[in-house]
Amino acid sequence: MANVTDWLLDDSPASRMQARLGRTYRIVLALAKNPLAVVGAIIVALLIVTALAAPLIATADPIAQNLSQRLLPPSADHWMGTDELGRDIWSRVVFGSRITLTIVLLVAVIAAPVGLVVGAVAGYFGGWTDRILMGITDIFLSMPKLILALAFVAALGPGIQNAIIAIAIAAWPSYARIARAETLTFRNSEFIAAVQLQGASATRVIGRHILPLCTSSMIIRVTLDMAGIILTAAGLGFIGLGAQPPLPEWGAMISRGRTFIVDQWWVATMPGFAIILVSLGFCFLGDGLRDVLDPKQGEKQ
Amino acid sequence: MSLDQQAVAALDRIPNPPSSSGPGRMLPFLRGLGGFAATVAFTFLGLLAITFFIGRVVPIDPVLAVVGDRAPQAVYEQAKVEMGLDRPLPMQFVSYVGKVLSGDLGKSVSTNNPVATDLARVFPATLEMATLGIIIGVLLGVPMGVMAASRQGSLTDQVIRVVGLLGYSVPAFWLGLVGLAVFYAHFGWVSGPGRVEIYLDGMVPTVTGLLLVDSLVAGDMEVFRSAVSHIILPAAVLGFFSLAYIGRMTRSFMLDQLNQEFVTTARVKGVPERVVLWRHAFKPIRVPLITVIGLSYAGLLEGSVMIETIFSWPGIGNYLTVALLNADMNAVLGSTLVIGAVFVGINKLSDLSYRILDPRAR
Repeated sequence: MANVTDWLLDDSPASRMQARLGRTYRIVLALAKNPLAVVGAIIVALLIVTALAAPLIATADPIAQNLSQRLLPPSADHWMGTDELGRDIWSRVVFGSRITLTIVLLVAVIAAPVGLVVGAVAGYFGGWTDRILMGITDIFLSMPKLILALAFVAALGPGIQNAIIAIAIAAWPSYARIARAETLTFRNSEFIAAVQLQGASATRVIGRHILPLCTSSMIIRVTLDMAGIILTAAGLGFIGLGAQPPLPEWGAMISRGRTFIVDQWWVATMPGFAIILVSLGFCFLGDGLRDVLDPKQGEKQ
Repeated sequence: MSLDQQAVAALDRIPNPPSSSGPGRMLPFLRGLGGFAATVAFTFLGLLAITFFIGRVVPIDPVLAVVGDRAPQAVYEQAKVEMGLDRPLPMQFVSYVGKVLSGDLGKSVSTNNPVATDLARVFPATLEMATLGIIIGVLLGVPMGVMAASRQGSLTDQVIRVVGLLGYSVPAFWLGLVGLAVFYAHFGWVSGPGRVEIYLDGMVPTVTGLLLVDSLVAGDMEVFRSAVSHIILPAAVLGFFSLAYIGRMTRSFMLDQLNQEFVTTARVKGVPERVVLWRHAFKPIRVPLITVIGLSYAGLLEGSVMIETIFSWPGIGNYLTVALLNADMNAVLGSTLVIGAVFVGINKLSDLSYRILDPRAR
């Protein structure tokens, strides 16, 4: 074991892989010293495990109705009670984690690369390319994200796919801003000039040398944005424009529980706790990652 | 005289070259203002482009919606020409911008009123709630942030930090529901959904549209009390989100200041801690805080969309939600445009005040 740690923390790594693994190991070590980040990482890990193993963790079918069991308070049989159709809320919350994780991952996979490329291209070429691309970015940034997403869903039609597209459309501009700022800091560096002199094309310089350097600030930003994405998705579901029934989406579940909030508080309250827990987890993890990967920013906090 | 003022006074004593005295000194500032106005105009145009684009993406054919799907081809074509939809897109955009600038946002399908009229009616309700929310947020958030920064690492600090993060992770609509269940249904401390008791609705003449103000103007205390007890819960929910954000930012600004040498100097000189905090450390962060408060205020407009449905609050958020569910695109785009414009307006205003108030930004 000691050999492995020594190999990982070696000051003069013999291979790129050793250097990379060493770096990852150092980040993990630094994260482990930050209690909130550990809590965040555990919550996010729990979310992933719950989503993967939902059928094993759930105690009942999330969609099966049983009208004789409707609106039961939390008990040993139904840990979070049952809803107005007699469905077990705990099982619905567990299966709902799949929807939340899907939305969050897809939005990140769509929005982050788009923002990254737009920002890097704008920063690398400068001039009119920069002005036009950033002009468009700023217009999108100037709109409130939720309202933008709502308007796009209204145009595209309700449903989970369109919700993901709409949230991604609202999310990419902030990534473009960050990527541009990062690109500007090393556009005139010598290593970029060296690659250019070797005859590398713009695509190659951006793709191989600029984008990889933007990733760490992008990872921080995306993690910190996750909470906002989850809330927006839940909001769309709550209004009735996101995931459609009978899908156990957390926002839509809260919306259905509205009618019973006074007498059967658990129907609307329980999915809310799931949303808060997961969002907090991403916030904690994002804060911790920022402290580790971007110490300059971390000191300010 | 503080150090800053001394520095400014010292700068003033430096004689100006004769050519740039008087109005000449204002010129760069005014030029900056011109550029600023251009950015604002550009952003608003962009906003219009987005709503125009969304209006074009809609899978609903606007011509079919008017003539019906059994209309003969000739009628369809005629309606299309009348609506201007046969012209090229840039021309359509120009006429769209012209229409919006003249206050024409189209007609709402669900209320059968012009969207502009509807929005003028519902907007004051949202403004009233968001304004009360931001007041709560500033009054609680700023002292919380200062307190957390002054006792960095203490339990108080940890609690305030977690409250700040909760502001990013609690769904507004959920908090509104729980608030209703606890404070209205369980304790009965506040009134339930709506702006005022139904039997008091329409009792005071509309002057500003802000019910709290209108009832005071009319001198009707019963309406005023009812309005207060209705608005306090939704405003407090909004206030929570704004205090979380303002408190977090105040804390981080204050920590920056407290690590500066002039603070150490003041402490070494024996200045009382309270004076160090509020006079020395807080003063320089007032200007960036204005930007934060502006952002938060604009953010509350967004938040109100989510909670107005819960409180049956007859504001723009409720209007937008109903329009969304009825696929009433004119109303959706009109509301989007107005919320977006107010959002941009507040941001640009706080930007401008920053430029005016902070001499370094000029």
